[in-house]
Parts: sequence; structure tokens; C-alpha cells
Amino acid sequence: MHRTGELYGQFQTLDQQREAASLGMWVFLITEIMFFGGLFLAYTINRAIYAVAFAEASRELNVHMGGANTAVLILSSFTMAMGVWCSQTGRKKLLVVFLIATLALGGVFLGVKYFEYAEKFHHHLVPGYDFHFPDVKPEIAAQDPYINAHAQLFFSLYFGMTGLHALHMIVGAGLLLWLIAQAAKGRFTPAYNTPVEIVGLYWHFVDIIWIFLFPLLYLIDRHT
Amino acid sequence: MSEHIVSPRIYAVIGATLLIFTGVTYYAATLDLNHIYHGLNVTVALAIAVFKATLVVLYFMHARYSPKRTQLVIIAGLFWLALLLLLTLSDYLSRATMHG
Repeated sequence: MHRTGELYGQFQTLDQQREAASLGMWVFLITEIMFFGGLFLAYTINRAIYAVAFAEASRELNVHMGGANTAVLILSSFTMAMGVWCSQTGRKKLLVVFLIATLALGGVFLGVKYFEYAEKFHHHLVPGYDFHFPDVKPEIAAQDPYINAHAQLFFSLYFGMTGLHALHMIVGAGLLLWLIAQAAKGRFTPAYNTPVEIVGLYWHFVDIIWIFLFPLLYLIDRHT
Repeated sequence: MSEHIVSPRIYAVIGATLLIFTGVTYYAATLDLNHIYHGLNVTVALAIAVFKATLVVLYFMHARYSPKRTQLVIIAGLFWLALLLLLTLSDYLSRATMHG
């Protein structure tokens, strides 16, 4: 069965139906905020305890790749927002263009992430048997004798948080593929564009998570 | 009440602002602000992140134009997040054994 935007029995108006859908999506996103919130909390506490090791480990990240990815993700949020506008104003062909652009930018993000991860494997910075943190200055080693173990904690959180974020991106890419197929058939009109709006909310949420991950993981100990 | 359509002009202004502040947060991270006040680097980074996230929520996610009940759900969610962060951190960061 395909939903074409007819009014369902439990709603009185199409506006009410649309608002209920976006409210439901927001409730889901709140659960996602709590889920990522717990991870940010774990990161903050460990960073406060092992400040020296976390600062050293943070500087091992590639800030140029991280920064470029931030810009890519913000651009993809912009193209997604433009997609919503196209669906609201009946621009069916332009909608497909903007959705494909969003998917492509998401692909670029994941591609850069692949090279970043590969670099970490190459430098023995993936937690586990092969983990070996580069030698640090004697005064740093004196401040934290277990810096190898504590840096491993940083990279566990790094891979956990960016990995879950990347997983959300992959889910978003799947949603976009479905959306593009529907949009290509001309299914979305000014009267019915709820799926575009809902996927948009999800995509922007994933953008917001990265807006916090980038400074916290890559930037805050960059100055010294 | 029918849905509010946000114009491409607003989306472009918000997108450009987000990109500019990504540059600002990178530049701020290269300065040693901790020298002025300990913890200022992370405070500035988080303030910029919160500002950027607020723009995304209000304009890209249309929260500014959403019905009041949707806005209430968003605020309630942020309230629970604040409880999670503040109560847990006030425990951990006030422990005598924290740094030793």
C-alpha cells in the first residue's frame, strides 16, 4: 500500500496529520539525544579524569579531515533543507536533484571517514592488542605514567561515538535512496511531503551530533 | 493553519552562518584561551556548537515555525538531557578522588 496523503480516520485535518507525524519524529529524536547524551557524558567524565592523555590523544586526530567533513555535513543539511522547500512548492525535478546532492555529500563524509579510520589502523591507534601510542615528551609521561592505556580509552570513545554517528549516516543514506526513488516517481506534492520533512529532521539531527563531536574530539586541546 | 514554508534565502543565510562559525571554532581552538581563564577553550568551543545546533533546530528543522506542542516536546527533551549531564557531572566533578 502506498500512502499518498489522504486523510486518515483518526485525524480531522491534513495539517493535524502532518503535525502529528513531525511530533512523533521529534519524540524519536529526543530518545536519540538521550542516547548520544550518555556517550557525551562518558567522554566528558573520562576527559576530566585523564586530561593529559586525552589532550595528547586528541592531537593525533586529523583536524583537516574532521573540519572538511564538518563543512560537507553542513552543506548536506542545506541541500536537504532545500529538498524540503522543493517538495513544499511542487518542484519535483529539483527535489530529486537536491536529494541526490544530499546523498552524494553524505557519501563524501563517509568516504573521508574511511580514510581517517584507515589512518588510525595504520598508526596503531585502534584500541586492542595492536594499540601503541607514540612516545611522548618525558614531562608528559611523568604526568601520566599510564598514558598508553588512557589514550586507548580516548580512542575507544572516539571510535564508539564517530562509529555510531557513521552508522546513523548509513541509515540516513538508505532513507535518502528510498526518498529519491519515490521523488523520481513524482510522489511528493505540496499537499503530501511528510516523508521528505521527516527524513530531513533525521538528517539535520545527525548533523547536530557532528557539530558537537567535531570540537570535542578534534579541537579543544589543539592550542598547546 | 497550514504549514510554514521557509524560503531558500533563509536556508542559504543559515547554511553560510554555520560554515563561518565552523571556521571561527577552528580558529578559536588554535588560540591558547586557557591561558586567560582555565577551561575557556572548551567553553568557547561548546558555546559555538550550541549556537550552531540552535540555528539548525530553529530553521533547518523548522522548530521556530512548529506548533507549541512540538516546541514543548523539544524543550522537555533538552531539560532531561540537562538533568542527565548536570546531576551526573556534579557528582563526578566534586569527588575528592577525581584527579588522584
